[in-house]
Amino acid sequence: MPPVFGVLFDGIAYGMLLFLLSVGLSVTLGMMNFVNLAHCSFAMLGGYVTVTLMNALGWPFFATLPVAFAAAAAASVVLERVFFRRFYNASDLEQCLLTIGVVFVSIAAAAYIYGTDQQPVQLPDFLRGSIAFAGLNFAVYRLFLIAVALVITVVLVAALETTRFGAQVRAAVNNQRMARGLGIDVDTLFAVTFALGSGLAGLGGALAIAMVGLDPSFAFSYLIYVLIVVSVGGLGSIGGSFAAAMLLGISDIAGKYYVPAIGSILIYLVMMVLIMARPAGLFGRR
Amino acid sequence: MQRLLWGLAGCALALFGAGAANAQNTVKIGLIMPYSGQFADTATQMDNGIKLYMKQNGDTAGGAKIELIRKDTGGIAPDVAKRLAQEAIVRDHADILAGFVLTPNALAAADVSAEAKKFMVVMNAATSIITTKSPYLARTSLTTPQLNYTLGTWAAKNGIKKIYTMVSDYGPGIDAETWFQKGFKDGGGEIVGSVRFPVANPDFSAFVQRAKDSSPDAIYVWVPGGAQPAAVGKALAERGIDTSKTKVLGQDALTAESALKSMGDQALGIIMVANYDYNLSSPTNQAYVKAYNDEFHRNPDFFSVGGYDGMHLIYAALQKTGGKTDGDSLIAAAKGMAWESPRGPMSIDPETRDVVQTVHIFKVEKVGDELRNVEIDKVPNVKDPGHMTH
Amino acid sequence: MTSATIAGPHDYLRTQTRWRWAEIVFWLATLLPFVLAPDYLLLASQVAIAALFVLSLDLILGFAGIVSLGHAAYFGTGAYMAGLISEWGWGEPLTGLLIAGLVAGAFGYLTSFIIARFRHLPLIMITLGIGLLLQETANSASWLTGGFDGLQGIHTWPIAGKFHFDLYGYTAYGYALAVLFAIFLGARRLTHSPFGLALRGIRDNSERMRAIGASTRSHIRTVYTIAGMIAGVAGALLAQTTETVSLEALGFQRSADVLVMLILGGTGRLYGGLLGAIVYMVARDRFSGLNPQYWYFWIGLLLIAVVVVLPNGLLGGLSLLARRVKAAS
Repeated sequence: MPPVFGVLFDGIAYGMLLFLLSVGLSVTLGMMNFVNLAHCSFAMLGGYVTVTLMNALGWPFFATLPVAFAAAAAASVVLERVFFRRFYNASDLEQCLLTIGVVFVSIAAAAYIYGTDQQPVQLPDFLRGSIAFAGLNFAVYRLFLIAVALVITVVLVAALETTRFGAQVRAAVNNQRMARGLGIDVDTLFAVTFALGSGLAGLGGALAIAMVGLDPSFAFSYLIYVLIVVSVGGLGSIGGSFAAAMLLGISDIAGKYYVPAIGSILIYLVMMVLIMARPAGLFGRR
Repeated sequence: MQRLLWGLAGCALALFGAGAANAQNTVKIGLIMPYSGQFADTATQMDNGIKLYMKQNGDTAGGAKIELIRKDTGGIAPDVAKRLAQEAIVRDHADILAGFVLTPNALAAADVSAEAKKFMVVMNAATSIITTKSPYLARTSLTTPQLNYTLGTWAAKNGIKKIYTMVSDYGPGIDAETWFQKGFKDGGGEIVGSVRFPVANPDFSAFVQRAKDSSPDAIYVWVPGGAQPAAVGKALAERGIDTSKTKVLGQDALTAESALKSMGDQALGIIMVANYDYNLSSPTNQAYVKAYNDEFHRNPDFFSVGGYDGMHLIYAALQKTGGKTDGDSLIAAAKGMAWESPRGPMSIDPETRDVVQTVHIFKVEKVGDELRNVEIDKVPNVKDPGHMTH
Repeated sequence: MTSATIAGPHDYLRTQTRWRWAEIVFWLATLLPFVLAPDYLLLASQVAIAALFVLSLDLILGFAGIVSLGHAAYFGTGAYMAGLISEWGWGEPLTGLLIAGLVAGAFGYLTSFIIARFRHLPLIMITLGIGLLLQETANSASWLTGGFDGLQGIHTWPIAGKFHFDLYGYTAYGYALAVLFAIFLGARRLTHSPFGLALRGIRDNSERMRAIGASTRSHIRTVYTIAGMIAGVAGALLAQTTETVSLEALGFQRSADVLVMLILGGTGRLYGGLLGAIVYMVARDRFSGLNPQYWYFWIGLLLIAVVVVLPNGLLGGLSLLARRVKAAS
């Protein structure tokens, strides 16, 4: 197989990671129009939970993943109840400012507790190394990541399409006022969705450590990528986030393989062209 | 009226008090580093080195009491660094400027050092031109050409004929690439290809694949510290690069402690060039590592040694000038200063005021249960080749 | 509507443009650092430059409702232009400032065609994209920009041949303050004009504005060009007074900082931006002296506090306080 397939595979894995990190923000933005720039702080929290459990308490890697999810979800519930829900009707700017403040505090807290250097994590042996197939090497960890992301995507889409909860979520994203009018408890719905989205981000953060590292600046550095995925994919759409994440992951990596001099420029150009062509995003509604 | 008199008396006392404090002869050092932001860990390590030196050698030198005034640049901010340097001199009456993790900041502050004629010690920033910006500037860390030219010539002389280079596309990376390639070619080797990756690059597989496509004997990698060393190491292993067949060469940060922990056994066999690693076996270093461990509960790295030796230079220079703090005396004293550092013997070149030191070559091997950088070769008394072309 | 309340739109505008005593006190107070705090003049000059930059953002954000995450693109363009002119041998500050401002304004004009066509999230992402693209390009074009190390060899000539840039910062602060005041006067005039009213209309309800026949797109393009020019002048001031320019002048951090400063102080009032710049820059300087690692913690708390307690920024809070005091007395 020509080496480009190996590169594409890596691009898909990277895209899957971006998807996990972004899907929560896309849905909550689409549903409540609440600009939560602190979304990646929850991802960072998940990452640090995994690091603590593994390095300080000796837990196995797999066991830490559900805890990372739960911790991020729990933290988001607390923040949402105490804080965020008072600002659902505030202006975009105020929401930005509030959540940026939360990001700053989270970065400082992480630096205080864990220090500013990289947090290494030792994966179990069967997740290390690569599999040789058809003359190419496929990293085991990336296969694992793709598998996890696909499973989650299937579960999310199934939940959205087949459960009552999913129907309510779709209704609230489509037309919040109408949904409220029909008696759907949008506030609780939103709290649950917010928790789920943040939990997924936490899981993404935990999975990201072995691929891209973890330090206190994670909350900021990945925010830009997540915003790109969300705005290109369209607010409130899981399919949109998936497509956008794949597109960005693949074009970024393919660009770097074929024309390295372009580097990061390609991802920003692609984003701008797509947004100018379809301002509501690939699968967006507004 | 009474209040006015008390007020005046108070002012007079304060003025005299200030005068009296000066009479005690305090030497103030403006320590300008990025204590917050993404380079904070580097600043912490350097600061630890400084603190350890002062703990071991007391806080007086040349008859004067040493006082540190720490100022935070927050990261890459030459305008802020310049202002902090000016404020240190003008407001805090600092006699010496020190620290400087980042090149743009060091360059900006060097202008201040030249204009105000103050002694300046660069304890980390590694670009050659920094020492040319002020005649009062000395460096105790390393220069990128010093390490990479040496690695290049060493690699060519040690069985590597064809090499592919990959570096980060910004100042230090491009510097490393230029000098490594020069050294390698001067040693008789052939560069089969090269690529530069964007600075904040999370994923290296595309670039590693390109390297693999050219079938080199070895791959040279330069990335800044942080998340990237581990990511690139893993990408190399994942794309099937076997270090026993295709050697991997790099500079210090590539096999830093946290990177090794993250890469695990995938890091075995990586060859690295550095001016210091905590695994060096000299008695001076072993004492240093033990003292550092006792005080800070972590292993020292080359940043800490830059701070440690920087303080030594300041102390020794003050000793030599007998406490005189003007720029001319201090720099004259610093030129030619030589001493035994945890990294080995080092000195300050009297012509360029830059550091002359032993360059060590390491290989990642398993020692007991752990991955360590083990020294396999060294080149003593290396001057900065970057100055030779001027 | 009695004749006592609103006599006509021109009279309304005229009453708005009268100088309040608080404004006069504020501008006189900006002269105090020369006398009271001569050790802090360098900081003061950087505050003045930040204030000018925030002012330019206020024009597009506070008055026209354009949220930009990439405004540093114009600041950086002005900075590099001024730096390059000096590097190429012409170090005269005032002409350099003018040229840099015009170049940044031209860049603003070109990008305004894209900007004027979008709103909300797409607009935010486009401004972000412009900023990031420019930063990447500037890094790649290191033959021109000096890359990571920054531009070297900038030397600013003394102003009018007499006032040379000293170590204490007297000239730097005087120069920056004078430029800030001059541009502020222009901005004040602009916002209290029919054009300013139109901008506010666009910010509040652009569909309605179009319905009454206002050409929203050309207004947005105009204000964006002007804001680009002012941001460029601020960047040029930084380059000239510090004699350094590096990539962070164009960077995301700088765009984020200026946004925070503006919202902190309060949007849409011009003075809010100035106040926000002063508070943010001084607070950062103080905090970084005390405990540098935890600067982010305190500024994060401050931001949260401002949003929760003072939705109109610090200036909004102050005017609320002033009104309460006046009502009580």
